[in-house]
Amino acid sequence: MRHTLSVTVENKPGILTRVAGLFARRGYNIESLVVAETENPQISRMTIVVDGDGRIIEQVSKQLHKLINVLKIQDITHEEAVHRELILLRVNADATNRTEILQVAEVFRARIVDMSRASVTIEATGDTSKIEAILTTFRPYGIKEFARTGRLSMMRGK
Amino acid sequence: MELNGAQALLKALEANGVDVIFGYPGGSVLPIYDALLDSPIHHILVRCEQGAAHAASGYARASGRPGVCLATSGPGATNLVTGIANAYMDSIPMVAITGQVPSSMVGTDAFQEVDITGITMPIIKHSYLVQDVTEIPRVVQEAFHLASTGRPGPVLIDIPKDVQQTKLTWDGLPEIDIKGYKPTFKGHPAQIKNAVHMIEASERPVILVGGGIVNPQAPAELMELARKAQIPVTTTLMAVGAFPETDDLSLGLIGMHGTAYANLAVSNADLLIGIGVRFGDRATGNTARFAKNAKIIHIDIDPAEIGKNTEIDLPIVGDAGTVLAEINRLVGEHRHDAWMEQIATWKRERPLKYRTDRLTVQYVLEEMGDLTRDRAIVATDVGQHQMWAAQHYKFLRPGQLVTSAGLGCMGFGLPAANGVQVARPDDLVILVTGDGSIQMQMQELGTARQENLPLKIVLFNNNALGMVRQLQHFYCDKRFSGVKLSFNPDFIALAKAYGIQTYQIHSKEETKAVLEEAFAHPGIVLVEVLVDENEIVYPSVLGNKGLDETLVYE
Ligand SMILES: Cc1cc2nc3c(=O)[nH]c(=O)nc-3n(C[C@H](O)[C@H](O)[C@H](O)COP(=O)(O)OP(=O)(O)OC[C@H]3O[C@@H](n4cnc5c(N)ncnc54)[C@H](O)[C@@H]3O)c2cc1C
Ligand SMILES: Cc1ncc(C[n+]2csc(CCOP(=O)(O)OP(=O)(O)O)c2C)c(N)n1
Ligand SMILES: [Mg+2]
Repeated sequence: MRHTLSVTVENKPGILTRVAGLFARRGYNIESLVVAETENPQISRMTIVVDGDGRIIEQVSKQLHKLINVLKIQDITHEEAVHRELILLRVNADATNRTEILQVAEVFRARIVDMSRASVTIEATGDTSKIEAILTTFRPYGIKEFARTGRLSMMRGK
Repeated sequence: MELNGAQALLKALEANGVDVIFGYPGGSVLPIYDALLDSPIHHILVRCEQGAAHAASGYARASGRPGVCLATSGPGATNLVTGIANAYMDSIPMVAITGQVPSSMVGTDAFQEVDITGITMPIIKHSYLVQDVTEIPRVVQEAFHLASTGRPGPVLIDIPKDVQQTKLTWDGLPEIDIKGYKPTFKGHPAQIKNAVHMIEASERPVILVGGGIVNPQAPAELMELARKAQIPVTTTLMAVGAFPETDDLSLGLIGMHGTAYANLAVSNADLLIGIGVRFGDRATGNTARFAKNAKIIHIDIDPAEIGKNTEIDLPIVGDAGTVLAEINRLVGEHRHDAWMEQIATWKRERPLKYRTDRLTVQYVLEEMGDLTRDRAIVATDVGQHQMWAAQHYKFLRPGQLVTSAGLGCMGFGLPAANGVQVARPDDLVILVTGDGSIQMQMQELGTARQENLPLKIVLFNNNALGMVRQLQHFYCDKRFSGVKLSFNPDFIALAKAYGIQTYQIHSKEETKAVLEEAFAHPGIVLVEVLVDENEIVYPSVLGNKGLDETLVYE
């Protein structure tokens, strides 16, 4: 099962390598990893989506804890949290279907960020299932290219 | 006070109690070597950087304080890698210092540049690439704290040459506060109570002690618990001697080459108390068959070890010595006479045995034990001789056996023995090595001589890589490949070339007299023992078998 770990780390050189390396050498499966600064520039947040059973996730967390620059690890899979991913996708579009594509984008509250004679580039954010739905919906039109971030997560305010 | 980075480094090391550094110079550490001339720290010039790292390990094991090694950038740093991996696997406190090419050249494939913090990332507790000279005092403080507390381990400090040369104003060492690092020492009181209940309810308890028995108080607490509740004790290779092996309650070594009675006791126990042990595959055999009749209590300072390899019924995260003391306060007197009787029967029926019609390694080690048990520290290399040392010498004190257990690193023995002797100049330090292993770090004889270390080297020469030969005996249908050392140097002549006093043992009869004479010699000696290659380490638990399937010598 997929777990989402929200990990706060000290923003020290090599921290990303240490975390990624730990996953690689212990054979854990990272599905996505997003790192970004937090409100405190000395601290970064990593949102890591990892696949594994409870025992593996427990080991992952404990091993992560052993990294000196890791401050806190929360498994927020079952917590009240907001999850977001971002996708940019360029879809084939010509005069005959462009309007239709724009309407579909609207349904997903996606934005058009670029347009050319033969294509439209769309930006959307949402949780994983919404991003998957967007991909499924646009596939029949012909997706020329897409780029997608990993998952960013944050606990909901109490 | 104005100091340059190199001087500040040495001052910070000194403040952390460092009196010895094992090192080897080169271009990127010139400022440090220059500063060493004015420092009270004694620099020991090894003959290869791997030897420096192993010597630092040996020093740490014998002194209980972090060992320090120093190397130049590039090849100096990569030569440390094996020694760092070894220290990591055995949780040995070590601070490794490397020079790095000047900051402005980092990342350009400069002469003798390697990314040593990157290379060592999977085998190190923590590492620093110092980017600014003002970080040095804090980095050194943190490095020593990290290396020696919690689960000990190696820490690397990589310092570019220009940083070593840059000036700073020295105003003492900072207080450190490492936010992401707070090891737990005290066990959870409720868990401790549960442990006591489990101990009191048990009829067939066994204690399994591992290398985590490092707290100087821990062995005494272990003894108290074992005696009070009458619990037999087995140890991993890392903890040999943590409980006196001559005691009735001692079961000796567990595992692949453990005693049959230790392995049977663990297999039949209803309670296994694991103390500072990581349940490695050499210790447990097939985990599906491991202690399958027992509830398991696991006391370990590293939460990641709990449940990693075996299912645990009761985890206690904390320092072994501290937790044992808390258990001892609560646990009552107990006797397990029927269980002890059963164990005595196993000891009688399945003792450690070996052929007696000729000179064997086992025999020599037993003689050695009888002669020196109360006073020697024994360092070993890796191979059959190592296992026989663990089985037959019969150790009395924790730390009395210094061996490469987790990495199983041939070549560890000689430099480690050097480190032990440096830490314990007045003790009898014996190196038990093999003809294969010693040739991996033989150059360190030079270090021993330069430092006048009175090592007693006992070299078991079977003209073979005996341990691998044994693997081929069991698993490759006796097709022996690449295990015959059909050329060996004349070890006696070689030792003489180093000015080392030499002896040879060819027969059982002369063993005791030769050992006595050799160990009485005030200086360094080498005793070559000529033994047959056709010998197998028993007991043996073969691949994928459980501890209950231990083979013994018949
Ligand atoms: C040829 C060969 C054969 C071998 N055969 C055997 C064999 O038959 N039997 C055997 O046992 N080993 C054998 N070994 C060694 C084996 O590979 C392992 O190194 C060994 O079993 C590990 O010992 P350990 O569990 O005590 O762990 P260590 O590596 O010593 O780990 C120490 C444990 O204690 C914990 N710890 C550290 N400090 C503290 C503290 N203050 N308080 C509490 N916990 C702490 C750590 O977190 C860790 O879990 C062999 C090695 C070689 C080379
Ligand atoms: C660096 C390294 N290379 C290879 C091995 C594999 N190995 C384990 S024991 C052994 C043979 C050791 O030979 P020797 O030192 O003569 O000891 P013996 O087994 O003959 O007593 C070998 C090659 C190892 N442990 N370490
Ligand atoms: Mg040999």
